[in-house]
Amino acid sequence: MAANSKLNRETLDVKGMIQKNKQSKSLSSITEKLIPMLLFLFAIITILTTVGIVLTLLSETIEFFKRVPIWEFFTGTVLKPMSQNPEFGVLPLINGTIISSVIAMLVAGPIGLMAAIYLSEYASDRVRKVLKPMLEILAGIPTIVYGFFAFTFVTPLIRSIWPDVAATNILSPGIVMGIMIIPMIASLSEDAMSSVPKSIREGALGLGATKLETTFKVVMPAALSGIIASFVLGISRAIGETMIVTIASGSSKNFTFDITQSMQTMTAYIVEVSGGEAAAGTTIYYSLYAVAMTLFVFTLIMNLLARYVSRKFREEY
Amino acid sequence: MKYIDTEQVSKRMGTRIAKNNILKSLFLAATLFGLIVLVVLIYRVVVDSVGWIDWNFLTGKLSTSAERAGIMGAILGTVWMMLVVAPVTLILGIGTAIYLELYAKKGRFQSIIQTNISNLAGVPSIVYGILGLTIFVRAMEMGNIILAGGLTLSLLILPIVIVAAQEAIRAVPGYLSEASYGMGATKWQTIKNVILPAALPGMLTGAILALSRAIGETAPLTVIGIPALIIPFPEGIFDKFTALPMQIYYWTLDSSLVAEYANLAAATIVVLLVLLFVLNSAAIFIRNKFQQRF
Repeated sequence: MAANSKLNRETLDVKGMIQKNKQSKSLSSITEKLIPMLLFLFAIITILTTVGIVLTLLSETIEFFKRVPIWEFFTGTVLKPMSQNPEFGVLPLINGTIISSVIAMLVAGPIGLMAAIYLSEYASDRVRKVLKPMLEILAGIPTIVYGFFAFTFVTPLIRSIWPDVAATNILSPGIVMGIMIIPMIASLSEDAMSSVPKSIREGALGLGATKLETTFKVVMPAALSGIIASFVLGISRAIGETMIVTIASGSSKNFTFDITQSMQTMTAYIVEVSGGEAAAGTTIYYSLYAVAMTLFVFTLIMNLLARYVSRKFREEY
Repeated sequence: MKYIDTEQVSKRMGTRIAKNNILKSLFLAATLFGLIVLVVLIYRVVVDSVGWIDWNFLTGKLSTSAERAGIMGAILGTVWMMLVVAPVTLILGIGTAIYLELYAKKGRFQSIIQTNISNLAGVPSIVYGILGLTIFVRAMEMGNIILAGGLTLSLLILPIVIVAAQEAIRAVPGYLSEASYGMGATKWQTIKNVILPAALPGMLTGAILALSRAIGETAPLTVIGIPALIIPFPEGIFDKFTALPMQIYYWTLDSSLVAEYANLAAATIVVLLVLLFVLNSAAIFIRNKFQQRF
């Protein structure tokens, strides 16, 4: 009896319970409102990063163009930042970047695409499950390791076959960069090709086409947007690649098309200048930003192009 | 009347099938090419490093003398830097993913952030280096310390972490959160108690893979300006430092002057690759062990 009345007294304090409930509710409603705001601030950081990149590049680039005319920068074929009468033509760097990217794509394009065809059209599920992760290991190796490989293995190998090649040259890092990009092109193209519906493939095979004919005349045209997008992303990757060319291609700023010689890319120039003794406020220091801006615009165009191609020309099934 | 010239057809069939088979082996060869290079690369590095990895090398201080050089300082620098990168990217990455997937209204603003994230993922790492140099090293006057390097690398891998976390959240089935709402839970309670625990293994896997990308990054660090020879060990995030990839870079560059530096670079690469292998194994372990399939 006594226990029962005690229980009643405690549980029947309804007023108190309501009060308590209200308090905890208002506390939780505050968190409910605060959390999204906090998370929103986190999300804003990604926007701030972009704004930060564009603003720093732009402001310092403008400062650079006050000292060096924009026309001279984009048409000059002589780059001599350290000399008494410095000249800042960016064409040698653009030339080096394009040549190394072309070499890389000549390696990565065909090999990556053929690997994609094999993985998507010919390989059995079991073989694919083994090969694909192994290719991904290749993609996970740091670029500095590829740089070491290019400098200490590929360059001596090329020179033993072709003695004209200089100790630092654009050919070797171009090839190694291509090897680095193979997994990217293989994996993206394979995704594009394996998303082509089976029924279309079987239609072609049923008409008596061989697997090869089905691949070239049916699957690849259907997956073309994805394949092109993977190539464009590969080019963008090659343009932005830094360590391989910095190590293996040296720092000569020649404006040449001779792939056996040393050339400098935009990325390698940035490493050389920022790691060097360029003090803040000098023209060399500002040239860093002008080159970086050019690089940024190049890769941005490539990335936008890749997205445009894969959206615009996608075949829907 | 004969409609089909059997002889002609079988002749052409033969060449068509032969073409198919020849190209099939060519495609296989192309696939194997990458793997062969991988084997050659690892073989070369291991052969070059044989005899150079010993206790002295792993625990010693940097030195210009190849025989006495050790990489403990670089290992510590890398570890300290990751102690900056990991919490920063986890908090910012998962937070942003939760906001984009669960709070943001599907509209213009959300799609701007989303597009922006995929654009950031395509920006070359060296441009992040310039951002780090300008903002952290110069404007905030940190100098080239571990914190500056760590924050720069954090910004670099943030897009990868966000996208992985978003995919992990999307993989959590809707009935789980609906059940939680049905029990009277609020939105944040549902996220905290239902969605996050279910998505966490996927998020961690993505974050660890991104972290292993950050460990190997060299270009941003070269821009920030890491000196070639730093002898004292770093003791905190405000110390100057060097990192494993930076040491590989300097030793490779100078290997044309001192041949033994190539061996040191190879030995450092082995250490770096072992570290990456351990991290990736951890990621795969987490994925297989804790990932629930719904």
